[in-house]
Amino acid sequence: MSHGDELIRLSAADLAGRLAAGDVSSVEATQAHLDRIGAVDGAVHAFLHVAGERALDTAADIDRRRAAGESLGELAGVPIAIKDVLVTEGMPSTSGSRILEGWIPPYDATPVRKVREAGLVPLGKTNMDEFAMGSSTEHSAYGPTHNPWDLERIPGGSGGGSAAAVAAFEAPLALGSDTGGSIRQPAHVTGTVGVKPTYGAVSRYGSIALASSLDQIGPVTRTVLDAALLQDVIAGHDPHDSTSIADPWPSMADAVRRADVAGLRIGVVKELDSEGFQAGVRQRFHEALDLLERHGAEIVEVSTPNFEHAIAAYYLILPAEASSNLAKFDSVRFGLRVTPEGGGTVEQVMSATREAGFGPEVKRRIILGTYALSAGYYDAYYGSAQKVRTLVQRDFESAFANVDVLATPTAPTTAFKLGEKLDDPLAMYLNDVATIPANLAGVPGISLPVGLAPEDGLPVGIQFLAPARQDARLYNVGGALEQLLLAEWGGPLLDRAPALTTHELLATEEGAV
Amino acid sequence: MSEISAEQVAHLANLARIALTEEEIAHLTTELGQIMQAVEQVSRVATPDVPPTSHPIPLQNVFRDDVVGDNVLTVEQALSGAPEHDGGRFVVSAILGEEQ
Amino acid sequence: MARVELMDFDRALELFEPVIGLEVHVELNTATKMFSPAPNPANDANHGAEPNTLVTPVCLGLPGSLPVVNGEAVRKSISLGLALGCEIAPSSRFARKNYFYPDLAKNYQISQYDEPIAFDGEVEVELENGRVFRVPIERAHMEEDAGKLTHVGGSTGRIQGAEYSLVDYNRAGVPLVEIVTRPVVGAEADAPALARAYVSTIRDIALSLGISEARMERGNLRCDANVSLRPRGQEQFGTRTETKNVNSFRSIERAVRYEIQRQAAILAAGGIITQETRHWHEDTGSTSPGRPKSDADDYRYFPEPDLLPVVPSAELIEELRAALPEAPAARRRRLKQEWGFSDDEFQIVANSGMLNELAATVAAGATPAAARKWWTGEIARLANAADRDASSLVSPTHVAELAQLVEAGTLTDRLARQVLEGVVAGEGSPQEIVDARGLAVVSDDGALVAAIDEALAAQPDVLAKIRDGKVQAAGAVIGAVMKAMQGKADAARVRELVLERANAE
Repeated sequence: MSHGDELIRLSAADLAGRLAAGDVSSVEATQAHLDRIGAVDGAVHAFLHVAGERALDTAADIDRRRAAGESLGELAGVPIAIKDVLVTEGMPSTSGSRILEGWIPPYDATPVRKVREAGLVPLGKTNMDEFAMGSSTEHSAYGPTHNPWDLERIPGGSGGGSAAAVAAFEAPLALGSDTGGSIRQPAHVTGTVGVKPTYGAVSRYGSIALASSLDQIGPVTRTVLDAALLQDVIAGHDPHDSTSIADPWPSMADAVRRADVAGLRIGVVKELDSEGFQAGVRQRFHEALDLLERHGAEIVEVSTPNFEHAIAAYYLILPAEASSNLAKFDSVRFGLRVTPEGGGTVEQVMSATREAGFGPEVKRRIILGTYALSAGYYDAYYGSAQKVRTLVQRDFESAFANVDVLATPTAPTTAFKLGEKLDDPLAMYLNDVATIPANLAGVPGISLPVGLAPEDGLPVGIQFLAPARQDARLYNVGGALEQLLLAEWGGPLLDRAPALTTHELLATEEGAV
Repeated sequence: MSEISAEQVAHLANLARIALTEEEIAHLTTELGQIMQAVEQVSRVATPDVPPTSHPIPLQNVFRDDVVGDNVLTVEQALSGAPEHDGGRFVVSAILGEEQ
Repeated sequence: MARVELMDFDRALELFEPVIGLEVHVELNTATKMFSPAPNPANDANHGAEPNTLVTPVCLGLPGSLPVVNGEAVRKSISLGLALGCEIAPSSRFARKNYFYPDLAKNYQISQYDEPIAFDGEVEVELENGRVFRVPIERAHMEEDAGKLTHVGGSTGRIQGAEYSLVDYNRAGVPLVEIVTRPVVGAEADAPALARAYVSTIRDIALSLGISEARMERGNLRCDANVSLRPRGQEQFGTRTETKNVNSFRSIERAVRYEIQRQAAILAAGGIITQETRHWHEDTGSTSPGRPKSDADDYRYFPEPDLLPVVPSAELIEELRAALPEAPAARRRRLKQEWGFSDDEFQIVANSGMLNELAATVAAGATPAAARKWWTGEIARLANAADRDASSLVSPTHVAELAQLVEAGTLTDRLARQVLEGVVAGEGSPQEIVDARGLAVVSDDGALVAAIDEALAAQPDVLAKIRDGKVQAAGAVIGAVMKAMQGKADAARVRELVLERANAE
């Protein structure tokens, strides 16, 4: 294994340790990841933009500051990939849409600013379903991302690019956004770790809004400790986001380092442990619970009867908010402009631009949301969905009255084949059945790998959910389970992923054309 | 309730300023009907006694001080992403026949 | 434009009862905008800035940007609500009003819909003829202003025929309070005047609270007038039109009057009124149809997910209530009494719109009578001639100084008018001008007597007449003396001395 290969397989925490110790420079680490991107991203297509020179400049700056004895953040010098939903000053930000192709924002999203201030090195922008609408990245206007475990399969979505980037060792860390599972479900299908923090824990300022009351930014990593370290960097109050929580947060990294499940009460959500889930997914899920139980956790069954309506409520609230949030893409101030043949009024230009600039899933949801909000339907649809939201919150409240955390499989199946569900939106929407309730209620959730499904050899994740503001509980249980599994496996799950050799990549690339 | 007509979809497309093709309208009419059928269950469980929730984390009175922020853009920055501008203002096609 | 029939106003009133409703938008003068920390162009400090220089990502609706409520704008809105006699909602929230227009950066306006911050108020409005109306307020809600469009090309500079339009988002996000009245009935022939007086009262309130620059010509205060007619004896309101773009007090009155006459002509001819938005044209004094209200006006309001409820504490509301200035109507009553003006005298002052100037002049030391004389007399005349606001010509302090100089006998009225012209011309304070121009009255009897004797000697026939008891003949001598003294003498004293000297020998 070359020096570069070794560097890219380090966890962010370990790489940070090597950087702090002076064993390796940030330029070396950054170059190693850029080389990896150069080698494999043609096949994986995790990135929409690679920052190349600018990343190396940033890394060199960090190395200089470290050499000058400056006190730097724990993750300083560690490369990071940024989901294209976050605006980045000086880097194109498209949210996976044609309508924003080439747009370079004049400002940084708050999580991006925090990441830069902490000395992390942005490598580039990662692929995603257009405006984060999807569960497979197949709705990206720039082509799908491929799952590093099987390049013919989906990497999950909407944040498939970020998940694939860390799974393919193109970056040790990535930022994601989770509106209905867009961090957790890609983690599940790529054998990585993804956390949706409590709503309001991380600022949404600069995150291109999908559904404002559901969106949350969070970490995408290979280890629970790395996720914790990254959440510690990006979380915290932001006066630019009214929904940002003002209270201080405890260290999530500390929660991982002190992880212990003895006496922890874990509730298994009965409604999400059903026949509708793939056998291998349920099997690994229950094995993980047994492992936790053997180490002192108490497993109890809980019922959340209103979760069954969560998807329905979600697919009203999300399109409604999205239809309004996406109205700003009108060809006036930024982005694409399409003028009808022979010219047209501004109204016609707007309509032509939006027709040409939005993909089918985005149009579908905008029309759906417009319908749900329109006169005469508001009460039945949007209004009712907001009430279901209350019922889902109540289910969480009564569950958390008895248990510390809840556990579910993260998604019903392992990674499906690209194209398999593309023409069936309802089937696609069901991918999010286990992840959506957390977004409706604002509670935090984590997904971490618990093994490979015996039937297809693909990764399976477990999801833990905690009460709002109790993100540390997720890092505790996640960190503990991860250690137990590592001990069982004798190494990270990703070690079992097929190597992305140049030979295979070329073959795939040829086949893909 | 879930019966959606092509005329309705065309009207929604106009409200949403998307110049959908006839084909898209036909396709969406079918799809929306199916999706609405799947989601209209919400109105059955949303009884009058249940209050709506619009924010997952209840906060209130979040205000900022009345002081100029550090994120005021220069005119160059403001216009940097514009498809068309005249150096100071954004340029759009004629509006015609409508006035606010 | 097709010829529009108008019915004679009096005839229209015989047949129909006018019902008006007014929507007034008040731009708040906070330092920054409603939801963005950009400088607020509706604050004098930022007026006239170059296009698109008062914007943040929020004002441009850039992807990822988020609104945050300006707390000071909320406090000013609550103060305004209280001054309108409204209840303040224990909890109110923002909503998105969705529609596409290029001056609306996000293509939705953040406004308030079903939960406005203030509701159920009443404003006392006094007309020029002295009638007093109580205008019921339905609600006052907070929202953001849109940007400004400039239409280029075509002959008129108007939207019709324009080749393209330019957008400036400086105004986008300026804090607005929209005040909506309930339908106002019973004003009858006074309806146009009431509309004008109502907006004028809102302006007075906004100014007294210090919450807005309240200049109609700058759009700090904007009015949409709803007008409908119902046939005499009918219970149900008629179909209304909403006239926009009415940007001066005079236009409000004219626009309402015009709509009454226009609608009456249509209804009397058996036609029907279309519910529509109409635009006021200052140049022609008429309204023209905008787009008709239709199903397309489906604004798809929903609670703004990026913002949280506004829940003002009882303490805050009471603090703001305690700090409220006197209501304009109550203040008028008090001033009228304090100044001892007759109804007519006070009405002239009130109608001239110079009440504040008068009060300030009295506060600066002038007697109410003198202050009234100057403001409604010479200053009004100068303002009229210059086509300017009286208040922009001269400050109340200078007027008080002038009045005091007259009272002390330092200046005659005539000299004082010269001094006033100097003040208006920017030459300095009245005293400075008196000193610089040497305009003070000659109070040295010796100098006067010398001039009188000379004049009497030059006009022996006049002298004879005076001695014969024809006292009015003295005018000729007085005139000659005043001329000789270049007006710098007190005519009354000159007259006394003339009579004294004429009869002395």
